[in-house]
Amino acid sequence: MTSTVVTSTSTVVSVGTDLLADALAGQAVEVQRVDWRPPMPGTESDLATVAADPLRHDANRRALDAMLGVTARLVDVAPAAEVLGLQRGEFLHAGPPITWDRASGPLRGGLMAGAALEGLVDDPEDAVALFESGSSVSLEPCHHRATVGPMAGVVTPGMWMFVLEDPASGRRTHCSLNEGLGKVLRYGAYSPEVLTRLRWMGDVLGPLLQAAVRASEPVDVTGILTQMLQMGDEAHNRNRAGTLMLLRDLAPAMVLSSHEAGAATADVAEAIRFVGANDHFFLNLAMPACKLALDAARGIEGSTMVVAMARNGTDFGIQVAGTGDEWFTGPAQVADGLYLGDYGPDDANPDIGDSAITETAGIGGFAMATAPAIVRLVGGSVPDALATTRRMHEITLGENPRWSVPVLDFQGTPTGIDVTRVCRTGILPQINTGMAGKVAGTGQVGAGLVTPPAEIFPKALARLAELARGRG
Amino acid sequence: MRTHVELRPGAYADSVALLQVSRSVQQVEGVLAAQVAMATALNLEVLAGMGFDVPAEATTNDLVVALRVADDAAVERALAAVAEALAATSRRPTGGGEVAPHRTTATALRDAPGGLVLVSVAGQHALVEAMDALDAGSDVMVFSDNVPLEHEIALKRTAAERGLLVLGPDCGTAVVDGVGLGFANVVRPGPVGLVAASGTGCQQLLALLDHAGVGVSSALGVGGRDLSTEVGGRSTTEALRRLDLDPSVELVVLVSKPPAPEVAATVQEYADRLGTPVELALLGAGRPDLTAAAEAVLRRLGHAVPTWPVTGSTGPATRGRRLHGLFVGGTLCQEARLIAEERLGTDHPFTDFGDDAYTAGRAHPMIDPTLRLEHLARVAADPDTAVLLLDVVLGHGAEPDPAALLAPAITGLDVPVVVSLVGTAADPQDLARQADALAGAGAEVHLSNAGAARRAVALVEQRLEALS
Repeated sequence: MTSTVVTSTSTVVSVGTDLLADALAGQAVEVQRVDWRPPMPGTESDLATVAADPLRHDANRRALDAMLGVTARLVDVAPAAEVLGLQRGEFLHAGPPITWDRASGPLRGGLMAGAALEGLVDDPEDAVALFESGSSVSLEPCHHRATVGPMAGVVTPGMWMFVLEDPASGRRTHCSLNEGLGKVLRYGAYSPEVLTRLRWMGDVLGPLLQAAVRASEPVDVTGILTQMLQMGDEAHNRNRAGTLMLLRDLAPAMVLSSHEAGAATADVAEAIRFVGANDHFFLNLAMPACKLALDAARGIEGSTMVVAMARNGTDFGIQVAGTGDEWFTGPAQVADGLYLGDYGPDDANPDIGDSAITETAGIGGFAMATAPAIVRLVGGSVPDALATTRRMHEITLGENPRWSVPVLDFQGTPTGIDVTRVCRTGILPQINTGMAGKVAGTGQVGAGLVTPPAEIFPKALARLAELARGRG
Repeated sequence: MRTHVELRPGAYADSVALLQVSRSVQQVEGVLAAQVAMATALNLEVLAGMGFDVPAEATTNDLVVALRVADDAAVERALAAVAEALAATSRRPTGGGEVAPHRTTATALRDAPGGLVLVSVAGQHALVEAMDALDAGSDVMVFSDNVPLEHEIALKRTAAERGLLVLGPDCGTAVVDGVGLGFANVVRPGPVGLVAASGTGCQQLLALLDHAGVGVSSALGVGGRDLSTEVGGRSTTEALRRLDLDPSVELVVLVSKPPAPEVAATVQEYADRLGTPVELALLGAGRPDLTAAAEAVLRRLGHAVPTWPVTGSTGPATRGRRLHGLFVGGTLCQEARLIAEERLGTDHPFTDFGDDAYTAGRAHPMIDPTLRLEHLARVAADPDTAVLLLDVVLGHGAEPDPAALLAPAITGLDVPVVVSLVGTAADPQDLARQADALAGAGAEVHLSNAGAARRAVALVEQRLEALS
């Protein structure tokens, strides 16, 4: 009913006592009942402070708009030394800051492979002493250099990087090239075959992709994401459609510009085969596209929106739009999932990688409903996947109109994780992830589902409340 | 121990499905290791790592079933399990239409955009849910008790900035579009619009006007503290503005406990600028009571003032010296106490069970009568008690049959019991039936709370005279 006196009474939202909702229902009013439960313990006062912060509402709207306004295009492929200014001995890694003494097995393995790749040591095993002494090497999170790294996320000056750009602002983000599955650096493996593949990527694949990208129109990464989400990819654990669309866009130019890259026909064929056979190749474009969007919301005072979730294999950290570049961290969890071969839960390292940037942006685990082929990772059924995506809408500020889910009536994916909603509902972000072996050198042991440690959200909330009180 | 490796060309299944098949086969008795996978390079590597010899002709389109088992019998069990698990990967989904309810007001409003919000979670949590309503552009009624004052101020300041209305807290009564929210009586539509900083004060007016045949268009409970210096009358002002815009409202009545003087002045000034006349019914010592306010409204509308009904009668007080008031309605309690103090002095106890001190962590006494019933038994047994004065409030949200519990508690008491029964003929509890049940238990039942209080005072006065 339209009312002259109050906002519509055709439906009343009732939160709290069922008795009052019953009384409304008894008057033939349509009642939308909220399944309210007490917030996470100890957050009551901070929640009220942040809810009452006069900046919050507008800040969150701006943060969401800023994020949704970004589009990502692949504009270049080049070594990290060139595009990030990374110097010899400088290593980037996934997740919040960490030191060698606290680094997990797969991160150590990745760093050892990286040191060997850079020629700092001949044998990866010798890198242990190098990192222990710490005198000629340094560690820094990828996130601090406009970069995201999958799993261990190790980036060295010689590695080739995708360069993504937002045409509206000119801002750029970066990510390394995907190595495939199994025994790979990002899962902490450092055997000779790992290094051989990385060298081939640096010598052949990188230059070929560079020549192709420079010779073509910039690839519309956001557009590919839109299409792949409708084709059964959630763009974290499944990137098959996205990878093939990228290949469709790049293959002709790879062929035509191969001479500029100094590549033989057989090299081109091998590169195309490598990309096409690697279902996760597009992940390394989805991730920086997500970071590019989320970075647009950084530093918006009063906003409670999460702009990064990242893990280094030891700690799980989040960053929030309204709290600058501060990390809120807790112990990374071991994923619940399915294991390769003989591997089991005892072999798995706690959660690692910057790839949760996809969930932060509203895809991956948040778009589970669109990826029926991988729903069994939840140990379950298609209805579970639909429920997962719907549940994530409970903790997000809005929907992404670009990224829609056909099976949910083309509803946009849940976008903009709200720290306050997480604390209020206790619903933790659902992350689809790969699992690395906990012993350095092992590689991948499985894939599954994981959530952040719950306590980091109350920590971020407390800081938001402190800042709000300070503005008083 | 033996191994079994077979290729199944063209038997494609998704890799995740196959991981799950492998896992279920691994659990079969006698199976030491099992891997069911497409023969991709990675999987072949994994299989080799597990010590399986996969035929060289395997291609990525072949399914590999690799088993290491304790004995031959286990092979059969394992292969049966493979068949079963593979069949299960293509099973039809079951159910799945169920959608979990929303967990916050914010998300619920996505399904009910522009809807009015009713918040009744515990007071310390109310701000967060109510702020969701304001963020979505919805008006909100806060029914919750024990909402901290600074939360109320924050909500009402935000609402004022956005032209939104916060009803309550500490006044859980509203009637809009014929819908009762929180504690609300069922009234006929009509020319009066009520703004109330007093919940049971509002309900008393609704009951009296309804009895007199005058309808109410809207009743907006704005919170018992709205006209305090701290809150500054923000909801009162907005409610007055809303009612002024409603063409069906001919007269606005503002009911409140004594306001802060500077807030009263602001509100008065605001009311004077409105097109619709505003009748102020401000309660306090030396001011007209609610019944007198209702009568003033009736006269202003050119309506006859009826005799307020009384059901049953009680005999004189035969023991004790004190009037004891046990109330569920805060304003009703305050009104009765003022009337009693004027004539009897301050030595007569009044308890308001609706006060926040009695509702922290439990339901309002209009919903849960336990606390008052316990006190009632104790007070009735006190030889100093001469007369008992009680209120019973009907309407949506209140207990479904208050007389059913109260009547047995007052039956046979040796003190007179006077009850103010606030309700309308159309209330779900049935006003007449409630009055009859209470009168049948020996109580004298008044529709006017002031009338009930005066009658109780008179009974005490008679008793005191007889003693002197």
